[in-house]
Amino acid sequence: MTAPVDETLLRAIVPTVIGTLGRRGADFAAAEDAVQEALVEAVRVWPDDPPRDPQGWLVTVAWRKFLDATRAETARRRREERVDAEPEPGAAEARDDSLRLYFLCAHPSLTPASAVALTLRAVGGLTTRQIAQAYLVPEATMAQRISRAKRTVSGVRFDRPGDIATVLRVLYLVFNEGYSGDVDLAAEAIRLTRQLAAVSEHPEVSGLLALMLLHHARRPARTRPDGGLVPLAEQDRAAWDTRLIAEGVDVLQAALARDRLGEFQAQAAIAALHADARSTEETDWVQIVEWYDELVRLTGSPIARLNRAVAVGEADGARAGLTALADLDPSLPRYTAVAAYLHEKDGDLVTAARLYAEAARSAPDLRERDHLTRQAARLNALLG
Amino acid sequence: MAKYLLLKHYRGAPAAVNDVPMEKWTPEEISAHMQYMQDFATRLEGTGEFVDGQALAPEGTWVRSDGEGRPPVTDGPFAETKDLIAGWMVIDVDSHERAVELAGELSAAPGAGGEPIHEWLELRPFLTAPPTITE
Repeated sequence: MTAPVDETLLRAIVPTVIGTLGRRGADFAAAEDAVQEALVEAVRVWPDDPPRDPQGWLVTVAWRKFLDATRAETARRRREERVDAEPEPGAAEARDDSLRLYFLCAHPSLTPASAVALTLRAVGGLTTRQIAQAYLVPEATMAQRISRAKRTVSGVRFDRPGDIATVLRVLYLVFNEGYSGDVDLAAEAIRLTRQLAAVSEHPEVSGLLALMLLHHARRPARTRPDGGLVPLAEQDRAAWDTRLIAEGVDVLQAALARDRLGEFQAQAAIAALHADARSTEETDWVQIVEWYDELVRLTGSPIARLNRAVAVGEADGARAGLTALADLDPSLPRYTAVAAYLHEKDGDLVTAARLYAEAARSAPDLRERDHLTRQAARLNALLG
Repeated sequence: MAKYLLLKHYRGAPAAVNDVPMEKWTPEEISAHMQYMQDFATRLEGTGEFVDGQALAPEGTWVRSDGEGRPPVTDGPFAETKDLIAGWMVIDVDSHERAVELAGELSAAPGAGGEPIHEWLELRPFLTAPPTITE
């Protein structure tokens, strides 16, 4: 009787296993390699012979892999002696190990792409092949990216806490990539953020988790069957996942109650207000503008200002939105698309059609370009 | 990360600095050029930035449908076609600046006299999938 291996469960214990090897004296790069090898063996062996204690099994096998790799017989004996004296890690230690691993993989010395790749492998337990497929690059390229990242952080001391903001940025990047290969990166980002929230008290971790849940809830309504983009205003709200929305709102409220506002909580609050409305008309745009004001105050981000102009257009009318837009730099990504939308709302269809077409030409992604081209075509048909 | 296409033209790009057609190079110069391209790709694989690289034959055929139940119509090659692509490399890099830097290096591949060609390469960003969070 063979049962398929629960990969999610398997991958959830990866950080603890790497941490345990680290505490036994393995350096990060070697520990990570050994755990990957143990994972491959687990997937092979477990269906016929499931272990009673999966974590203990992984530690034992990974440790053996590590010793095989280090080869030096004397070093092995010395390490084995140390292991005999070592107590099993307690819950608090496992928590610290896990947290340190997140920090290490998102270390500021890494480029964003390297931090993403290393996080998915060492914290997420994904194989290099899966990560390569998700990011549409050859496996050899991804393997090199990961081994370079491991070399970069090899000198980093494993015992100092880092900046949680760097970790959150990496998880945000993973989530925003969506899904393109076998691996659903959005779901993986949620899993990793959930796991981080279990070991970190920081309200921004909850803020990011809430933001992801609230956006993920809308995913079934975001795309047409043909892959086209459905804008928020036209989404079938009955297709939104109410269970995820409820969870997102709960997580967000608990975070906000801690009274340490940050950008992810503010973004999640905006997403929650959208999730709460039955239609664009019933959306509380006044409150959304207030949250964008907070977001602008927290980040100074020009993108937040641009989104705020859209919200102002809904709350106070197209003219007010255009006035808010006038203060911004026209070279901002999506500026022209926002201008087109507000001009249409203001009744100036000729300008709107021209701007939609212009926005389509500079759109950074395919589905957005198609969407904007359709908008231009719709208005041009009306104008005759 | 963003993917870029580096396009190399047989024809249609502005003239290179060292503008001598390949058939007038020495065999050693051609080998040196090929080696440079290969080393470049290998190095990018090592930095985790290589995605794909291909060379194309100069002679192509134009094809279009001629309606249901009929074989496609073929035509060409047309000697007057302005743009003729010689090959490409796809890279996955952290920034536009990095893409420009790499294109510059590739453009410096050695040509006639072993001197860098300094040819014009066209750098085109890929359109991507939309981000999950947009508003």
